[in-house]
Amino acid sequence: MANDPHNETRVDQPTGTEFVGHEWDGIEELNTPLPRWWLWTFYATIVWAVVYVVLYPAWPLVNNATQGVLGWTSRGQLAEEISTADMARQGVRDQIAAIDIVKLPANPELMQRAVAGGAAAFKVNCVQCHGAGAAGSPGYPNLNDDDWIWGGDLEAIEFTLQHGIRWEGSAQTRFSLMPGFGEVFSDGQINALAGHVLSFTDRGQSSATGAELYDINCVACHQANGSGNRTFGAPALNDAIWLYGSSEAEVRQQIAVPNHGVMPGWKDRLDPVTIKMLAAYVHSLGGGETLPAPEVAVLEEGNGQP
Amino acid sequence: MEGVLGRVGLWFVVLILALGAYLGAQDAGFAVHAVIVGIVATGLLLFTVMRYNPLTAAQSIFKMPPGPSRYDDDVIRWGVIATVFWGMAGFLAGLIIALQMVLPELNIEPWLNFGRLRPLHTSAVIFAFGGNALIATSFYVVQRTCRTTLAFPGLARFVFWGYQLFIVLAATGYLLGITQSKEYAEPEWYVDLWLTIVWVAYFIVFLGTIVRRHEPHIYVANWFYLAFILTVAMLHIVNNLAVPISLTGSRSYSVFAGVQDALTQWWYGHNAVGFFLTAGFLAMMYYFVPKQAERPVYSYRLSIIHFWSLIFLYIWAGPHHLHYTALPDWAQTLGMVFSIVLWMPSWGGMINGLMTLNGAWDKVRTDPIIRMMVMALAFYGMSTFEGPMMSIKAVNSLSHYTDWTIGHVHSGALGWNGMITFACMYFLVPRLWNRERMYSMRMINWHFWLATLGIVFYAASMWVAGITQGLMWREYGADGYLVNSFVDTVEALKPMYAARAFGGLLYLSGAIVMTYNVWMTIAGKLRDEEPMAQAAHDPAKDRPITAVPAE
Repeated sequence: MANDPHNETRVDQPTGTEFVGHEWDGIEELNTPLPRWWLWTFYATIVWAVVYVVLYPAWPLVNNATQGVLGWTSRGQLAEEISTADMARQGVRDQIAAIDIVKLPANPELMQRAVAGGAAAFKVNCVQCHGAGAAGSPGYPNLNDDDWIWGGDLEAIEFTLQHGIRWEGSAQTRFSLMPGFGEVFSDGQINALAGHVLSFTDRGQSSATGAELYDINCVACHQANGSGNRTFGAPALNDAIWLYGSSEAEVRQQIAVPNHGVMPGWKDRLDPVTIKMLAAYVHSLGGGETLPAPEVAVLEEGNGQP
Repeated sequence: MEGVLGRVGLWFVVLILALGAYLGAQDAGFAVHAVIVGIVATGLLLFTVMRYNPLTAAQSIFKMPPGPSRYDDDVIRWGVIATVFWGMAGFLAGLIIALQMVLPELNIEPWLNFGRLRPLHTSAVIFAFGGNALIATSFYVVQRTCRTTLAFPGLARFVFWGYQLFIVLAATGYLLGITQSKEYAEPEWYVDLWLTIVWVAYFIVFLGTIVRRHEPHIYVANWFYLAFILTVAMLHIVNNLAVPISLTGSRSYSVFAGVQDALTQWWYGHNAVGFFLTAGFLAMMYYFVPKQAERPVYSYRLSIIHFWSLIFLYIWAGPHHLHYTALPDWAQTLGMVFSIVLWMPSWGGMINGLMTLNGAWDKVRTDPIIRMMVMALAFYGMSTFEGPMMSIKAVNSLSHYTDWTIGHVHSGALGWNGMITFACMYFLVPRLWNRERMYSMRMINWHFWLATLGIVFYAASMWVAGITQGLMWREYGADGYLVNSFVDTVEALKPMYAARAFGGLLYLSGAIVMTYNVWMTIAGKLRDEEPMAQAAHDPAKDRPITAVPAE
């Protein structure tokens, strides 16, 4: 093809191909035909595309789009996959739903499955605050230890999971409100009180003032020896586990202007089986306590409770 | 005199407006930007006043073209320097954010955290490094292939400096926390308006130059440049349609909402890749590869077919960024189908580039610039295969949201865009500054190997990381529950992030070698070394066609 009549058809020596005849700043073009494999692959993708748009939803129309002859939808695929997964778990879920959480430890195989399901749910819902290893962080309790503010048996954990702590979404939520003493006490009094609190763990110096203030203001919830009281959600002060820090400054801070953390209740967001499984998982982490079995039951033999 | 007065008045008005914007600013970020605009206006005001002195006029920084008998290359020289400078800035930002993924302590709040540095990196490499390379090479190529000088030389200078102002406003905005949260389109409404003005000026200069060409036909590189300029204008304007909350504040609301907004964004985002990073850089390839190889382009027919099919198909492929989202199924299907059909049109560019070396393949061994171009085309081919593959829904369900995407983008960006740009810089610098050759051809070789090794570390680690991540996210145990939490995957990927940062360090090191090489070449030095092959260049022939006899 001689687009430029002044140029006779010339052939490029190294490739034996004709030049087109144009030239720009020394650049010329060869008249090589389209590579066959390229062209046929291009055609093949077009054919494939035509078939695909017939099979699957593709072309927008006025009010709707073509549905595709396979009737496939992404929502349908998702529903199907979820339903398959649900079916696979259904047997176990039914069993867990049917059993009273108190009786769960008596069935070790079911308990194990509940723990596995709880571990998965924990990764989705709980790690954000309590950490991947459930070790917590300042303000977010460590769930691996045996220091429980509101109780560490299966029933207590399940209740906490359902109703949360200081959560406005449930009337039954765990609720405690340590008063702030910053406005009431002088700095010296708060120092004395902190010293007394720290003396439970031999890390501070008790004083007459501190002991007196503790007796008047704190004993009702935290007990004389600082062992706390789960009924009121009053943490133990005589161990090494501190939700808001163990230094003297942090203890002073917590006396003067206490933090009141909130944990959401999950009863409206998770189904009862998942909550049961979460309780089993948290219970299994190491600090789970046996149920406060009725006194009669202790006397009975062979009820499965140690 | 009247002209000077008019310009002084104009800059004074801009200065007053900037001052007003500063005083009325609703947020600190907008105030800082008003100050930057004010400083530029003051500078231009002082410059206009000083320029009135006819003595300084001759050697001012806005040096006007030498006349119709020589190409107007000043803007291109500035563009080359800006490309190298912004490249270094962008690569360094990339290395820092790569290290932040390994060492989170490097997040320095609030200005240098990952969230703010990441758009700084992407915009610096795409728009500052890539954009300056495109502007500079397009002005170089369009003059030579049309055998004429730039139309509207004053406007061409405005395009360059206006674009630099856009970059500064965008970059400082990211660090100050100004963003409209659209990926690759983060700058807010007033910066977008400014870029629109600059871009329309760019279009006018480029089209004007083609119109006054002295060649009967328009060379293929110019088709690609024109498609790039025109489409980017359209994409930029539509995706950035927004209503400012206040005329003196940096915030705005997008006119689109929900899934329409997402689709518009990825129509833009995908075609930023398609027209900025593919069409524009193919234009560079179509001029510089035949010039450096001293061979004719492989196939004129292929260039026509692949140009039109690429241009037609690319614009529809955006929805593949939104697979398995609220986007209706039909749009997802079309996005995927067009992406697959796009495979061969994309490869047409690779074939035309690589096969142009027919009869000159020995130059891969002897010419380090050709070697860079070949590697660029190889990575172009790889990522334009990988892209359609990742757009297949089944593959996408594994790769989406993982580091595989990051690896894919970087094999294209580092391999194709980076390498072809470096090769063009090595081609341009000796010619623009009238040097015999680059300061050192052997350093180009060093740059080639550092960059290639860097890309291998980068892409390989991100492929492994991405597939690991995708598999871990979807892993179910025998009892039917998810096995891993998100943080488990982060822990598993940490060594890969370290390998990626190492690859980035190698790539940056290569760019440092280039910067030194360019610096020394401009300084007029020649390294004493064994010679390597290079393309012939005759400065006497590098002239526009003109009725006036050459000087």
